[in-house]
Formats: sequence, C-alpha cells, structure tokens
Amino acid sequence: MASESRIESDGLFNAAEVTTSGRPVLRRNEVECFLLSSVDLDSEDDPPRFASLRSGNLILTTHRLIWIPSSQPNASLPSSLPLSSITHIFSHKKSIKSMFHSPRIRFQVDSVVVVTVVFRGKGDFDGFLAKLWECWRGRAWEEDEKSESEASSGSGGGTVAQGLYGNDGTVRMVGLAGILRKEQEQWESTDKSLQDAFQDLNALMSKAKEMVSLAEKMRQKLLSAPSSQNGGGDDEEMGSKEEMQQWMLSVGIISPVTKESAGALYHQELSRQLADFVRIPLEQAGGMISLTDMYYHFNRARGTELISPDDLWQACNLWEKFDVPVMLRKFDSGVKVIQNKSHSDEEVMSRIRTLVTKTETLRTGVTASDAALTLKIAPAMAKEHLLSAETKGLLCRDMSPDGLRFYFNLFPEIDPTDLHLVKDFGTYGEWVKATSLLSV
Amino acid sequence: MQKLGDFKLPQFFNYPPYFTLQPVRDTREKQIQLWKELILDFCKSQKVFLIGVEEDFPLFSNSAIDRTLSHEARETFLSAIVGEGRAEWLDKGRRKCLILWHRIQDWADIILKFVRENGLEDSVMTVEEIRSGTESLGTELEGIDRTILMRALKLLENKGKLALFKGTSADDEGVKFSV
Repeated sequence: MASESRIESDGLFNAAEVTTSGRPVLRRNEVECFLLSSVDLDSEDDPPRFASLRSGNLILTTHRLIWIPSSQPNASLPSSLPLSSITHIFSHKKSIKSMFHSPRIRFQVDSVVVVTVVFRGKGDFDGFLAKLWECWRGRAWEEDEKSESEASSGSGGGTVAQGLYGNDGTVRMVGLAGILRKEQEQWESTDKSLQDAFQDLNALMSKAKEMVSLAEKMRQKLLSAPSSQNGGGDDEEMGSKEEMQQWMLSVGIISPVTKESAGALYHQELSRQLADFVRIPLEQAGGMISLTDMYYHFNRARGTELISPDDLWQACNLWEKFDVPVMLRKFDSGVKVIQNKSHSDEEVMSRIRTLVTKTETLRTGVTASDAALTLKIAPAMAKEHLLSAETKGLLCRDMSPDGLRFYFNLFPEIDPTDLHLVKDFGTYGEWVKATSLLSV
Repeated sequence: MQKLGDFKLPQFFNYPPYFTLQPVRDTREKQIQLWKELILDFCKSQKVFLIGVEEDFPLFSNSAIDRTLSHEARETFLSAIVGEGRAEWLDKGRRKCLILWHRIQDWADIILKFVRENGLEDSVMTVEEIRSGTESLGTELEGIDRTILMRALKLLENKGKLALFKGTSADDEGVKFSV
C-alpha cells in the first residue's frame, strides 16, 4: 500500500505515506478537509530545509497538513506536519503589499519556526484558511488520545477489580450469564447507535465515522466466528455471513474526495482515490469489473457523497496520466470495464482453452454462464471474453434454439482436400473420440 | 458416422458450429470451403444437379444433432460455389441452383469421349438417348440434367463437332455428330 518507506523525521516534518496512486494514507479517524494545488512551503528561519518543497499539493486533514509533490519527477518526498505542533497561526494582514504577491499563510511551529504557505495557483484560499483554523481548533488528535487512554485504562481496571463486585459497585456477572449479559449490553448499545444514526441525515453524517468503525468491528467478528463455533456450520449461515461481510466491506470510505474539498483538482483526486478503492472489488470480481458495477460499489462506499456517472467516467479516463495499477478498457461490443493492468488476456485465453478442450465441453460446448462459473467472473464479462476468443479464432459459435454456445474451433484442423481425414493427434481427433463415445 | 444413402458423411457433419454461419472471417472462409467440397462431393456421388434453397436438401439439416442451416447460410454456401464457377443460379431470386461438379467444358469433353468410345463419330442420336440410352448406362452421362446436357451440346455445336436439329416429335431434338 505505502510506496514510500518512512524516511527520517527531521523534527519538523514527517514523511507522509501515500498510496501507489499518490493519495495520502490517512490514519484512524483522520478526515480530509481541503486540497490546494501549486503550493510552496517556505520559511525565513531555515530556508535550505524548505528548498525542495516547491509547487506541490497541500492537503489539510483534521490531524495534519500533508504536502505531496505534483506528478512530475520531483526530488522531494511527501511530507506531513501534525496540526498539533502548530502553536500559532498569524492573522492575515491586509496591506498594499499583500495585494501584489501570491496569497500566503504564516504559522508558527513548535514556537520556533515560522512557516509560510504560498499559494501560486488558483483556489479558494480563504476557504482553506478558514478550514485550517477550524481543524486546528477542533483538536481532533486529542480525542484520539483520550479514547485510547480510556480504552487502556478500561481494560486495566477490569483486571484490577477482583471478586463479585465491580469497581463501580455493581454486581459483576461471572461465568456464562456474565458473557450473555455483556453480549446483551453490547447489542443494546449497538442498537442505540444504529437508531441514532438513522434519525436524520445530519445525525448520520456525524455518525459516519463511528458506523465505519462499527462495520469494521462486525466484519472482524464475523471473520473470527466460524473458527470458534462448531466447525461444521450450515451452509445457509455461512452464506449469510459472507453476505454480511460484503456489506461491511462496502461501507468503507471515511474521507471521500468531494468537489468542496478538492476544488479544481476534483477529478484528479477522485481518479486517484478510485484507483485505490477498486483494488478489492476488482480482486473479488476476478480481475475485471464492469463500469456500472464499479459505479455501484464506489457510490455505496462513498455514502452520501455520491458522484455522477460522468464523474466516474472522467476519473477513469485520467488513469492514463497517472501511474496506477488499473486501467479502463472498452470492448468491441462497447462494454466498458475496469481491469488490472496485470490482468492479461493471454491468461484468460489459456483458461478458456483449458475449459473448452475438456472431453465433456469439447462435445457440448460452453455458454457464457458456464464460462462465468469456471473463470469466476460475471456472465456479461465471460461473454466478452468468449467473443474475443472467437475473434482470435480460438472458438467458434453454435446458434440453436437453446441459445448461443461456444465450441473449440476445429475448422482449421479439417483438411478440405480430404473431408474424411481425421488425424490421430490434434483436437479434431479428440473431438471425434469424445462424440463417438456417446453414440456407441 | 451416419450415411446418407450410400454417401459417407464426414465426421465434422456432427459438429454443431458447422451449421451456424460463423461471424469471424477466417473461420467463416474455412467453413464455406468445407461446405463447398461437401456439397459438390455429395451432388457428384448422388447425381444431384439441382438444389432448391427452400427445399429439403439432405445435407442442409442433421437430425442427429438437431441442427438446420439458416436460409442465409444456404445462400452463402451456394453463392460461394457459384463464385467458383461450379454452380449457377437459375433465377434472380436465388431459389434454385444448378450444380456443375463438372464444368460445361468438362461435360463436353465427356460427351466427346463417350462418342469415340462407342464409335458414334458420324451417327445421329436423340438428346434423350444420350441421357438414358443403352450406351450411356453406367457412364457419367446417365441421367444427366437436361439443361446441362443441352449447354454442353451447344458448346460442341459452336466448335463444329456436331449439329443439333429438331426431331420428329416436338419435345425431342436430334444430334448429328461429326467428330
């Protein structure tokens, strides 16, 4: 996931992890708030250190300022600055002088270094400043520390309190009843948070983060459950668990790229985020997924920040410009799909070849749904693969009242000067054997 | 492998894609070639001179695998034979096709050979005698399609090998050989 190994922190900046497509890797509970392009970082106190931080994208999150060099080869690495280390943000002085140079923000870090952020490009500079103030004052990082320390003290307290009574004086449940009771309590609290979440949209928005972590927790639980319970486990239960897992997985993007947060770079950033996101659905779909399916998965994961089909289309088209491991592909039939760059047609073709040269399928041919089962892909995709295998001359078709079937193409092997000749070797011979077995 | 009368069908006659007109060019070309050869072989061995596109030509369906050629496929295969000069459409609507497993020129040569072998160089015969006379029994000329025979005879007449004349009955014509 993270392409950059952690470089040494120089005391002021930390190396920022980015995904292979160049999106920042956010930490737990961190939410992306704003993005500006063509930003230089500068300081009068320590110019050499800032020399390389020129014309990059500056991303503001609830926890950090992240500076990422723009796409061209750049000597500098992605760097981040925790908002917690900012000790003062200088107010924006309106002077005659300020009207002539690029807008800038100055803030003090660790009460020592004054950093100047210079905006060379266009963008909502005032909006950024307002958000920076908001995030800095919001102190989201303190909440994390608090919850972490609570969590550790909670579990610590449990071990300290021995006997029948808990620290707070209530009767501690022990044994099976205790476990059941605890489970019940957990369910009640889960139920409550679910109810709160659905009360209205605003509540849902504020609960989004919690919901995602809840979903993740439930998924983990589901994953571990089958092993702890009786090993057999009936199929229906397993099926519903898998389904549940699917839902949980698709709840996922905590910080979707929006027009508000990314502005002019909306499509670019969306494109990068999409490239990161598609990996899992793509893997499940067998290396290729239709654009329509992806639209559904992506929007589902984005929750309320839905994108339009056109946005998705543009985001996919931008992949050509970035070094991402996925690509958009258009079949001759007009079907558009997303596929891994590593997903090679040769491999699919060789799997189709193996499929259609089995004794059974040599005789009966295959339908798109047969191929879908074997290749573990969607029937529509399987049909595309079969059609392209036909175009390559690997397969040929049989149209009958029962529908369209594909057979291994025997035509090239048949000798037109001797219609009755069947060579012992070759697939034609195998086909003759396979069909004669049946007629005997 | 099943037979049609005394005609032995090739193995690929039971290959279902053989009965679907293939959309991919290379595959289709090979398929057309195989149909061309099979139709000509069959017509030659069974002395079939005329194929009606809409009629039940034995090769056009295979009950063993429950497949029948579409109208488009039949017309495509027959047109391919026509394109090679081995058949002719008898009507503009392309419903009847005359199969020439021997070209007219070859038929003319067969007639000349027949005339020489039977010492008929200066004789007179009716057209019907050539098709069904005792001399032609067991030769390729036995039961030859009348249209084809007449065209071969006309070709020979143009070369001065024979003269055609109206016979005594209105429906028969006489041939005076002068080889």
